[in-house]
Amino acid sequence: MSMTTTNDLIAETQGKRRFGASDLIGLGVILALAVVGYFLFPTNLALLTRIIAIALLVLSLDLVTGYCGVATLGHAALFGAGAYAAGIVSAHYGINDPFAMLAFGIAAGAVAGLICGAVILRAHGLPQLVLSIALIHLFHEFANKASSWTGGSDGLSGIAPSALFGLYEFDLWGRTAYVFGVVLLVLVFFVLRLIVRSPFGMLCRAIKEDPIRIRSMGASPKAALMKMYVISGAVAGVGGALNAISTQVVGLDSLSFTMSAESLVMLVLGGTGSLFGALTGTIVFMFFEDVVSAANPFHWLTMVGALLIAVVLFAPKGLYGTAAAFVARRREAK
Amino acid sequence: MQPIFEVRNLKRAFGGLAVTNDVSLSMAPGDRVALIGPNGAGKTTFVNLVTGNLAPDSGEVRLNGETVTSIDAIGRVRRGLVRSFQVTRLFLDMTPAEHVALAVLQRDGRSGRLFGNFLAMPDVMDEVGQLLGKLGLRDLMHRKVSEIAYGQQRLLEIAVALALKPKVLLLDEPAAGVPQSDTGRIEQALADLPADLAVLMIEHDMDLVFRFAKRVIVLAAGAIIFDGSPSDVTQDPRVREAYLGSYANASHAA
Ligand SMILES: Nc1ncnc2c1ncn2[C@@H]1O[C@H](COP(=O)(O)OP(=O)(O)OP(=O)(O)O)[C@@H](O)[C@H]1O
Ligand SMILES: [Mg+2]
Repeated sequence: MSMTTTNDLIAETQGKRRFGASDLIGLGVILALAVVGYFLFPTNLALLTRIIAIALLVLSLDLVTGYCGVATLGHAALFGAGAYAAGIVSAHYGINDPFAMLAFGIAAGAVAGLICGAVILRAHGLPQLVLSIALIHLFHEFANKASSWTGGSDGLSGIAPSALFGLYEFDLWGRTAYVFGVVLLVLVFFVLRLIVRSPFGMLCRAIKEDPIRIRSMGASPKAALMKMYVISGAVAGVGGALNAISTQVVGLDSLSFTMSAESLVMLVLGGTGSLFGALTGTIVFMFFEDVVSAANPFHWLTMVGALLIAVVLFAPKGLYGTAAAFVARRREAK
Repeated sequence: MQPIFEVRNLKRAFGGLAVTNDVSLSMAPGDRVALIGPNGAGKTTFVNLVTGNLAPDSGEVRLNGETVTSIDAIGRVRRGLVRSFQVTRLFLDMTPAEHVALAVLQRDGRSGRLFGNFLAMPDVMDEVGQLLGKLGLRDLMHRKVSEIAYGQQRLLEIAVALALKPKVLLLDEPAAGVPQSDTGRIEQALADLPADLAVLMIEHDMDLVFRFAKRVIVLAAGAIIFDGSPSDVTQDPRVREAYLGSYANASHAA
């Protein structure tokens, strides 16, 4: 055994990584869902695009909460910052190129991530949660008061993204926006897969388990978490910008406590610490919110509540997490 | 030779009880020192103080000529002062390979990289394989730490410390909880360490102490009562007295 060379070792671990394979499966599933959604709800592409935007928010939350163990009920601050930035540059400064709007959204999300990280990471546990709630209220109030920029409680209107590549108008049916959203989601998903498996992703998982121990290895948990917060902000900024571009309005709700709390619920529903979990949770929750509420407007909230309780009690790893664990056990048993 | 590690008049009290009471010592590169003492003597507290995990009431810690007393734990590790934990502190959801790789990457300033996977980095995997092989953990390298035996976790604790390539290594009871059949692996790993590394090992197993150490320091009630050669320590009347009752088999083992 001690004679095994490094090459053997790498070959031996190649199977464990299944790098390309599981990535391709993941991307395949996202694309397949996107196509199915397109044909199932051709008249409701706006909803699907909104699901994608929210999924980006939940993925972003997963980075700091699922992978790093940060407790936050204020994560919509990052999403809202991205949405307002993308909207404001278009409505007030005539920067209407969707990619430019996206870039502003990403930058604003990252800055919001930096600010939120700097505040939230000063505390742990319950005080951390309280800080995050205080932050989202501050962001919300700031957007409300700066109404000459944000439109205040009326919302920001006058957003007019120009055609994508100068070719594809953002049409009334939301086709362009939907395709744009799907492509963004796939790109973000791919980048995040790389990050969570990188040395940095491994460092963050270790910090989540024992920040004191990681200090004894010479790494600064604070610096790593700040970095993750900025990345998370950029991802949420993509979601916010997508929302601004596709709906062409930005409301205060995109910067609200409710939205922060709902994104956490979606994450827990799907399963924390897994990108697929974040996606699953978003889709299931949004499906309930929209489809089930239309079918049964009186009881849909009851059903969401019951589903949540069932998941937390019987599938604490979330829908995806529990399913994945089940499959892994089956595979090991063989 | 200039000392690599120096402690001067270190003091710390917990609620009036002096747990570290004016401790001074210095170590040169290549030193192999055993720190022994009855339970509760303040050995772990001493390690916590010098590594920056705990703030001293007074005193000074110097590393390679530099005063590090006001530098935090992270800064001291980066300057080469590395410890292991008496009560294993590992990341239960991660594998031994990930532990060692993380230490290697951190040491090389690569732990912040956003892409690439250590499993595909030949130089990292090389070190991981060698170190885990040395400690007999190679076959378990991809198991979760929560699934491996406590004795093996103890060995991994040492592997992580070694992977950081310290200049001064403080081992807090590395063999405690390791099955007798495996303590040889620890000794071998220690024997293979670079000659200029300074090692201070806290250990209750006197056989191990005598095989490892060229110098023994005895701590009792927070103060150093003996600092000298292993052959003299058992003769020292103060050491015998300190161990009487609290640690009945010490004189026997010695
Ligand atoms: N954080 C703390 N607060 C209060 N008392 C403490 C603290 N840490 C250690 N002590 C006390 O300091 C004394 C020395 O503890 P320490 O863990 O350093 O002993 P030790 O020599 O490592 O013992 P052992 O051989 O059992 O590991 C003990 O009486 C312990 O109860
Ligand atoms: Mg101790």
